[in-house]
Parts: sequence; structure tokens; C-alpha cells
Amino acid sequence: MCYVHRCVFVCLRVCAYVFAHLSACALPCSSLTPPAQVSPPQQQPLSLALNSSDAGLLLDVPVALRVFSVDYHHVQAPFEIVLWIMLASLAKLGFHWSGRVPAVVPESCLLIMVGLMVGGVIYGVRHSAPPTLSADAFFLFLLPPIVLDAGYFLPGRLFFENLGTILWYAVLGTLWNVMGIGLSLYGVCLLAPESLGDVSLLHCLLFGSLIAAVDPVAVLSVFQEIHVNEQLHILVFGESLLNDAVTVVLYKLFESFLRMPTISGVDVLLGGCRVVVVGLGGLCLGLFFGLLAALTSRFTSRAQVIAPLFVFLYSYLSYLTSEMLHLSGIMAIVTCAVTMKQYVEANVSQRSNTSIQYFLKMWSSVSETLIFIFLGVSTIQDVHMWDWPFVCSTLLLCLLWRALGVLLLTAVVNKLRRNAVTFRDQFIIAYGGLRGAICFSLVFLIDDFPKKRLFITTTIVVILFTVFVQGMTIKPLVELLEVKKRKRALPTVSEEIHSRILDHLLAGIEDVVGYWGQHYWKDKLVLLYYSFLIFTTRWQPTPQFSLVSKCDLHQCSNGRPTKCISCVFEFEV
Amino acid sequence: MGSRASTLLREEEIEEIKKETGFSHSQITRLYSRFSSLDKGENGTLSREDFQRIPELAINPLGDRIINAFFPESEDQVNFRGFMRTLAHFRPIEDNEKNKDHTASEPLNSRTNKLLFAFRLYDLDRDDKISRDELLQVLRMMVGVNISDEQLGSIADRTIQEADQNGDSSISFNEFIKVLEKVDVEQKMSIRFLH
Repeated sequence: MCYVHRCVFVCLRVCAYVFAHLSACALPCSSLTPPAQVSPPQQQPLSLALNSSDAGLLLDVPVALRVFSVDYHHVQAPFEIVLWIMLASLAKLGFHWSGRVPAVVPESCLLIMVGLMVGGVIYGVRHSAPPTLSADAFFLFLLPPIVLDAGYFLPGRLFFENLGTILWYAVLGTLWNVMGIGLSLYGVCLLAPESLGDVSLLHCLLFGSLIAAVDPVAVLSVFQEIHVNEQLHILVFGESLLNDAVTVVLYKLFESFLRMPTISGVDVLLGGCRVVVVGLGGLCLGLFFGLLAALTSRFTSRAQVIAPLFVFLYSYLSYLTSEMLHLSGIMAIVTCAVTMKQYVEANVSQRSNTSIQYFLKMWSSVSETLIFIFLGVSTIQDVHMWDWPFVCSTLLLCLLWRALGVLLLTAVVNKLRRNAVTFRDQFIIAYGGLRGAICFSLVFLIDDFPKKRLFITTTIVVILFTVFVQGMTIKPLVELLEVKKRKRALPTVSEEIHSRILDHLLAGIEDVVGYWGQHYWKDKLVLLYYSFLIFTTRWQPTPQFSLVSKCDLHQCSNGRPTKCISCVFEFEV
Repeated sequence: MGSRASTLLREEEIEEIKKETGFSHSQITRLYSRFSSLDKGENGTLSREDFQRIPELAINPLGDRIINAFFPESEDQVNFRGFMRTLAHFRPIEDNEKNKDHTASEPLNSRTNKLLFAFRLYDLDRDDKISRDELLQVLRMMVGVNISDEQLGSIADRTIQEADQNGDSSISFNEFIKVLEKVDVEQKMSIRFLH
């Protein structure tokens, strides 16, 4: 085992070394910005391959016919991208073979460490900073697959049951954190005018808006390994997905305030309206594309092979459209995925369903790995600006404000919930507020100003702290606090049946009492969903499209009964 | 006894109901106004037709059985006491009740009583056993016409097989409790009654 482990790491080093030398040649590549530019070129066209075709031709007249030649420039951009992806994947393979390490250290930490190593190697070889993650590449290529995967496999029922609480945390919690962190950081800057005097209130608020947001990628990768109970998981995870709307708006708002000469109260009010517009706009776009995808999937029966493609195309289109309109891309893509999932699964063949699931998992896995590795690589910078008060106070304030926020918000929301969020759960929610690559990319996008380097360094420190310290200790803490964990086994057939009967019973009792509780709204929503299905896609619960024909009910007696039960009861309305 | 005034709730009655069911004063009065609004005949009791007039209950697959659960054995009218007694099963279990000593009689909303209520939904003939036929009836009500009898039969067989421990091809109450031990019944079978 040790020998294999060593082999893999040697291979990685060799790859990195080779790659470092290759990239010492000219860099017309696009997704990796050369480190000399601090603000990444937003207008740089993402030419992924083809601008080097001319350079490939040999300019000098050959004396004799070349039998063998190397033309690196011709393939440089895709070659480098593939090498990075290969590095990421080999690293991932390496960890799972490295004995007890994956049990203690979460994958994200290990990947960042590999990134640090590779960055260090590149720095050592080239004596200049390694390529950093460009914000465009991150937001346009690396983030969407992860969010799509998260949205597609979102446990819908649990999500909607807890939607109120999730929105409460996402919107109000993020606002609380942003304002708190921004204002207190400004206080810190006022207290240390020699070093931090030129950081204005708006800058602090801007910084607060990007550092306060919980990152879905980091949360997903850490929480996947700790198996807490589903309610807790969906609360943290749902919050990290939905707070994107607030974060995007606040960030852009403060950024435009920074560019404006004066700010009036009206502007602030307009900013508030924008939160609503961004959130709802993303939602509506996602719904629109989701329903389009549902409609399209109905007609794919004659060309089943390309059916999965529509899922990806429509989701990505919804993301790009909302980014174009400066709406919340994450909300759009999540809504699209949630909307189209049920319809697509009903309309598309079993094989296509499996392909969709596997491709989603694969892409999101690659993206996630790449993101963490680049986080590590980008940490090796030429110039870091360090300021003890600022960095330490940012760290402390992030933890403090999040804890306070969770406590206060939960105290209010528990009065309205049927099953309260316990103190242990609250602790995990507060502690599980990990920051990740979104903050990192956003900080690079800030307009240049003297203290920008400080912000970048601080962001890196916060991200590394949350991912390493919080990520590594959350698992032992969950054990220590005896937080309720996820049930390991799938529910048995009896449990499924009786649970559903209880649901109907409770809905009936709520009707008798005249109380419009959870069950009432759930029933209404389900009714709406099915009537929509029937009206828009001309779907009929005929045997041809019904899920019952798809699942083999003989499995009931053999091995996988619960799959058939959920098929059977999916259309019980 | 035709005027409404005489059917208004008296304080002693509220106290008795409070003791029996554990509801608070305001909850009882609120539920009483609901009871009165359902009671179209204004005679202080509800009949099956009164329940069937509730629109959402009519489309609930288990609607008839739920209505039946309110009526005691072979009676056609239920008064307010009986109404509250049935609803008491769905009161959430408070924290301070969890530690009550076991010598006191079990409150109506204990886990066992909740499960007994659910059990009686299946067990129509009250023989304390859920037979294969009774299970099939309930499944058929929930699933509709899409599933064939033999598919439904295999689901029912599997359900009984998982629960049955003494081999009598039916589910007794104890077996029912055992099967649902991992399900959070206290939370699932509770409604938040407004104060």
C-alpha cells in the first residue's frame, strides 16, 4: 500500500514538473491567466484553442524533410487543460488509495494541499507565480456542473418542507453577516489608521459581502463525508445554494456604489429591490428553462441517445442567460434542475436516465477537484500583503457573526417550525459555514485599489482556515456532540408504506381541524404539479409512460423493494 | 335544547377536557368553534355527513377510514368530547411530558397510543391483527387503478413478511410497533394546534 502511494505521488510530481516546463513556453492560453495581471481580463475572449494554428507552421524553409517534429503550440491550450484535469483526477485516485488518510482529512483539504505542492513546484521551476484561477473560467465553466449536480439530486420533499427556514437563513442570515462583518471591519480599520486608513466603509462592506457567504462547493464536499441527519444537511446546504442571490446583489451593489460619486437613499432602496428581482428572476428563468426541457424530453423517444444532452444544454442555458441578465445564476440552474427532473425521468428511457446521473456526477466531481487544486495553486502568489489586525479580526468576526446570526434566527424560526432545530444542530449550522472558491473569485474581480492585495490574502486565509480547520474538526465534533446522524439503511417496504399512510392520515386530520399546515400545502402543491404536468406536456399516466412499467416489481421479493415502492407510489394522487 | 346558547361550552367541561386530553384552554375553545362550524345541524354532535362535507377530506384516499376513526363503536354521532379525544392523539409530545412517571395512566398522545390509532386504520374488524386482506384494502385505496392485483399482492406479502415474527401471516400490534421503531412517529403524527 505504501509503495503504491509513493508511486502515485512520484507520478504527480513528474507530471507537475513536466507541465511546469511546458508552460514555460509561450502562454496564449485562456483559462489560466498569467500572474502579472492582478485584475483578470474580463474582456479576454475565451479562445480555447484556435489562435495558435498559424504559429504551428514552421516558418523556416526546411533543408530536408522532417520525419519527426514536435508542434506544441498547436495543441497547447487543450493540452494544458487536459493535463490539469488529469492531475486533479490522479490526485483524487491517490487519496483513496492512501490508507487511513481519507478518514481523517476531508478530500477538499487534500486537494488544496496537492495544489499547494504543484504551485510550489511551478514557482520553484519558473521563479514566478503560477497561473491563477480566472474568475470567468470559474463562474462560467467550473461552478455550473457542481450546482447542477446539487440541484438535480436535491431531496425535493425535504427541501420544500424546510424551505421557509432555509430562505430565512439564506436571506436574513446573509444580510446579517454582511452588515455585521462589514461594519465591524470598518471599526477595526478606524482603530488602526496607520496601516488600514485607506480602506473605506464601502470597501469594508464590499469585502463583507463576499466573505460572508457560505459556499456550496465547500459545504457539499465536507458534509458529504459526515453523514448528519438529513434535515440538518438540507438546512446548511440549501442555505449555501440560496444565499447566492443575496451575495450577488450585495456584491454588485457595493461595487457600483464604489464607482458612483455619490450615493443617496434611493440607491439603497433600489438595491433592496434588486435583491428581490435577482432572486425571483433567477427562479423564473430556471422554471422557464426547466419546463422547456420537460417539454422537449417528451419528444425524445425517437432519438434517445441525445436525450441527456438536453438536460445539460437547457440547464447551462438557464445559467448563462441569468448571468447575462445579472440575475442569480445559481438559483436559475438549481430551479431548472429541480423542475425538469421529475418530468425528464418520466419521459426518457432508463438508460438515458442513468447516463444523465453518471455524467452529472462525473462532471461535478472533476469541477470540484479542479477548483480545490486551483485554490491551492493560486495561494502561491508573488505578492501577499499581510496585516495581522485585519486578517485576524476578519477570521474572528466571521465566526462570531455567523454564530450570533444562527442563534438569533433559529430562536425566531423555531416558534414556527414543527420540529425545532436543536442547539447541537445550530452549532453545526454555524460551524459548517465554510467559505470557498466563490469568495476567492469574487475578490479577484474587485476594481484595483491599494489594499486589494490585502483583501486577497485575507480571503485566502479565511478559506484555508474554514476548509482546513473547520473541515477537519467538524467530523470529530459531530461525533462528540452526538448530533443525530443519517439513517444508514434504506427504509424497508413496511416503513415506506406506513409512512405514506401516516402522511395521508395527517393531511386528513389537518383538514378536519381546518388548519392549513404543512400537509395541506404539500397536498395542494402536489396537485398543482400533476395538473401542470398533464396540461403542459400532454402526459397521461398510461402504462407506456408510467414508472411502474419501468421498475421490475419482481424485485419486491428479491432484493430491492424500496425502489419499486417509490415507483409505485409516485403517482398516487 | 334548540338554541345555540345551550350548546356553548361550560367551564367545567373545558377543565375536564383539559385534564383528559392535555390541550390548553385557548386550543379547546378554538377547536370548539371549528366543531360548531362543522356542525350544520346545530345539535351539538357531528354525523358522518358533516365530515364528508369537508372538501379535501373527500379526496383523501383514507378519508372514509379517518372519518370512521372519530366515531366510537357502532355509533353515528360524535360529541365534542369524543372529537377532542380523537384529536388528542395528534398533540405533539411536550418535553416535560416525556419524563412523566409511568405510574400515571398513559396520555392519549403517547407514542403507543399514536401507533394504536394508526393500527386501527388498517384493522377494521378490531381483531388486533392486520390480515393480508385488510392490508390489501388499504393499499388499493392509496394506489388507485394503475397497479394490477398481483403486483399489489406481492407488495402486501413483502410487507407482512418483514413484520411477521410469529408466522401467522398477519401483523399484530406488537409487530407493528417493532416495524416502525425507526420511524419518528412522535414527530410524524403530530399537528401543531394553534393557541
